[in-house]
Amino acid sequence: MSKKRHVVAAVDEVPPGSRKHLNLAGREIALFNLGGEFFALGDKCPHESGSLCAGKIVGLAEADTPGHYRLSRDGEFVKCPWHGWEFDIRTGQSWCDPTRTRARAYETAVAAGETLVKGPYVADTYPVRVEENYIVIDV
Amino acid sequence: MNAPLVDTSVSQRLGIVDCDIHPTQRSVADLFPYLSEHWREHSKSIGPHIRQGLAAMQAYPRMMAAGQRADAYPAHGGPPGSDLDLMRRQHLDPAGVETGMLVALSKGGMEERNPDYATALAHAVNDWQLHDWVRKEPRLRAGVVVPQEDPAFAAREIRERSLEPAFRQVILSPRSIEPLGRRRYWPIYEAAAECGLTLGLHPAANGANPSTGGGWPTYYMQEHYAFGTNMQSNLVSMVFEGVFERFPRLKVALIESGFTWIPAMCWRMDRHWARMRHEVPHLKRPPSEYIREHVWFATQPIEEPENAAHLPEIIDWIGWDRLLFSTDYPHWDYDDPKYCIRFRMTEQQRSQLFRDNARALYGLT
Ligand code: FES
Repeated sequence: MSKKRHVVAAVDEVPPGSRKHLNLAGREIALFNLGGEFFALGDKCPHESGSLCAGKIVGLAEADTPGHYRLSRDGEFVKCPWHGWEFDIRTGQSWCDPTRTRARAYETAVAAGETLVKGPYVADTYPVRVEENYIVIDV
Repeated sequence: MNAPLVDTSVSQRLGIVDCDIHPTQRSVADLFPYLSEHWREHSKSIGPHIRQGLAAMQAYPRMMAAGQRADAYPAHGGPPGSDLDLMRRQHLDPAGVETGMLVALSKGGMEERNPDYATALAHAVNDWQLHDWVRKEPRLRAGVVVPQEDPAFAAREIRERSLEPAFRQVILSPRSIEPLGRRRYWPIYEAAAECGLTLGLHPAANGANPSTGGGWPTYYMQEHYAFGTNMQSNLVSMVFEGVFERFPRLKVALIESGFTWIPAMCWRMDRHWARMRHEVPHLKRPPSEYIREHVWFATQPIEEPENAAHLPEIIDWIGWDRLLFSTDYPHWDYDDPKYCIRFRMTEQQRSQLFRDNARALYGLT
């Protein structure tokens, strides 16, 4: 099946640190703004299907040796609201089992309203205005 | 993790019995209609005195939303498990729950140290389950909450509640003052057996003794692991002290403590019995036979071995007729019936595990 480009939100609607739940062509997708960049993951956690969109944005607690703790990569992971698996928002990889347990990652892009209005992409039912920028996902 | 053998329609098609659902009061005020004026005032001015200092805190802070599913907070406030409509929308309907067994933790005398307040709370929580939950939602059934360190009161409460068919079991905490096989608790077993109510043992967050034989653990991960070991010591106690010899009709459900350890524990117990049986001559049969006959096991939190096919092998040892499906809604370690069973079963085993065993054990129709 060929992919279709979906306009999912105006850039301003999803500020840094926030997320948005999407339903695109029957797929549930969690869209995140990580420091101004947009990343989209399949919303259903690969473990038992908790909604990643409802998860907390966290960093990694790490320690080189017992008693010496630090937090790294703050804000770069989403923690499933059920059992707490941590997924890298950029890649969908889980921290504990990165090769086998991963959330599906979708390509996102930002496109100017102008180009969207002209096509070749169809803007679904999302009202696009020439002067704004939009987040688009190919599904 | 293995590729799930997901058949998302199975629970809807089948209709499942969920043997572990936790209702919670929005605040203690929800119990006020069922408490006397004295205990209402006590609740307001003094409050609970569970067996730890800083009673408003959890003994082991949990990494997830105070131990709850982070998406289970009602929009208009209150803790997870306090809103029946949300429970319906988020759990009972989508999970295809035909019957849900309530396990009312915390308030209710399980952990309360003031003995008179404990009895008042237990009685109130039982009224609350009946009026605020079961009467409003016909899929739910209640579990009689008892202050187990007052067995005489507990036995009276069991006999009284057994007349109301909404109550299908008796809930006990395995964090008791003495191991549960000790005779001080036998009046509870006598009443339960006489009334045909199953005894549901469910881990409690607080207890009279450290949760591990080695003392107080440090982290919640250790505490959570101790649910299983704590249950093991209590089950061993009940078997060796002769509870099942004395009450041959007693049935016990172990909730939220795992089941993969059962075969190994039974092998050990049987070997000890074969060699040292004269210390417990009241046991007429190998210990494993009492367990096989009297004990059921709820699945959540289901073990997740690397190769999920190991689980059915273990269940072959335990007995497919002894497993009860449970989710633990709305707690963080919720098992979703659509995804959590990752091994193949026959249709018959599937119906047993998800529904029929619980129907038979709890006399559900
Ligand atoms: S469903 Fe996400 S961690 Fe289990």
